[in-house]
Amino acid sequence: MRSGRRPSDGSHFGNQNLGTRLKTEAISWKLNSGVIELALHRDPCNEIGSLTLSELEQFAAELPDLERDAHALIIFSEIKAGFCAGADLRELYRRSQEMEKAQAASGVRDFLERIHAVFNRIDASPLTTIAAVHGVTFGGGFELALCCDLIIADKLARFCFPELRLGLIPGFGGIPRLKRDLGNAVVRDLLLTGRSINATKAGQVGLVSQVAGEGEALRAARFTAAQTGKFDRHTAATAKQFIKPIPRDELRREIEIFCELFARPAVRAGLRKFVESTDKQPYLP
Amino acid sequence: MPTQEQTLDEMLTLAAAHFKVSRDKLNPDEDFFKALGIDSLQTLDLLTKLENHFHVELPDYELQGVTDFRTLSQKIQSRL
Repeated sequence: MRSGRRPSDGSHFGNQNLGTRLKTEAISWKLNSGVIELALHRDPCNEIGSLTLSELEQFAAELPDLERDAHALIIFSEIKAGFCAGADLRELYRRSQEMEKAQAASGVRDFLERIHAVFNRIDASPLTTIAAVHGVTFGGGFELALCCDLIIADKLARFCFPELRLGLIPGFGGIPRLKRDLGNAVVRDLLLTGRSINATKAGQVGLVSQVAGEGEALRAARFTAAQTGKFDRHTAATAKQFIKPIPRDELRREIEIFCELFARPAVRAGLRKFVESTDKQPYLP
Repeated sequence: MPTQEQTLDEMLTLAAAHFKVSRDKLNPDEDFFKALGIDSLQTLDLLTKLENHFHVELPDYELQGVTDFRTLSQKIQSRL
């Protein structure tokens, strides 16, 4: 619930402690001392399905108000297993089974449009945005982290685009955003092998800004957020907009490619295989 | 360069410490899921620990079907 309190001098930055907080089923957020902290906490590993999406949309709707009193946004997970394992494939499979093919395709497109709207909004935030990640940061979870200006990873974090295993490509903006940050060879490696890379490697290729000790990513992110609060907000936002363009045309193209691929029988087979798997190591490519 | 046995020994010590099980109870030819009481996500933690410790990069697709410590150590050894 919003506290409604504001410092008596009307300031928006500095030592304010509004303590604004909202908790929903999959996510919660609070604004404290100029830093918005968005926590993901949906078992088993923050899989992004319709529930999380609708709550992220709620957060995105609140963002303009929150941004007025903030200089940074940190996104992190409270789930031990990791930051986010990606899209909720079980929900996707179940819904595709329940619907006629055309209806399922339309549903997928609608989902993608909505996810892109939220992720684009986070990407375009005038705040300095930081993903503090640990453990599994796969698929849609990786894509959420890529919306942020900085990724700070705990040394056990792993990054992966497993989508090709399902006959798909990343659909939440991953390829355009990864291309924005990394060399094409690294993007091809991740995409075409579906392998995961650790935080050390991610740091070496420039994906991750800092590698923190086990369990220390959020702490490091908070220090970094405090540091960015020292600078003029308008200047920082202007610099960010200059150096971090949002690849809107490619993002739209990604949705089209994803929807074309989703129509193929191989995708339903891939989803079914994932959902029904008794493999001891389902997270391996 | 360490020998295969040295790599195996280091790996068992590392796994025991990280997952808080007794080193003496780990058998090289044993299923590490059972021995360590871990799931597939924790296997990735183990992989990361091993990569960082041995300063190697081991593509996780090479771990398909690998369930015992000895085979895992051979994979690590091949990257040293």
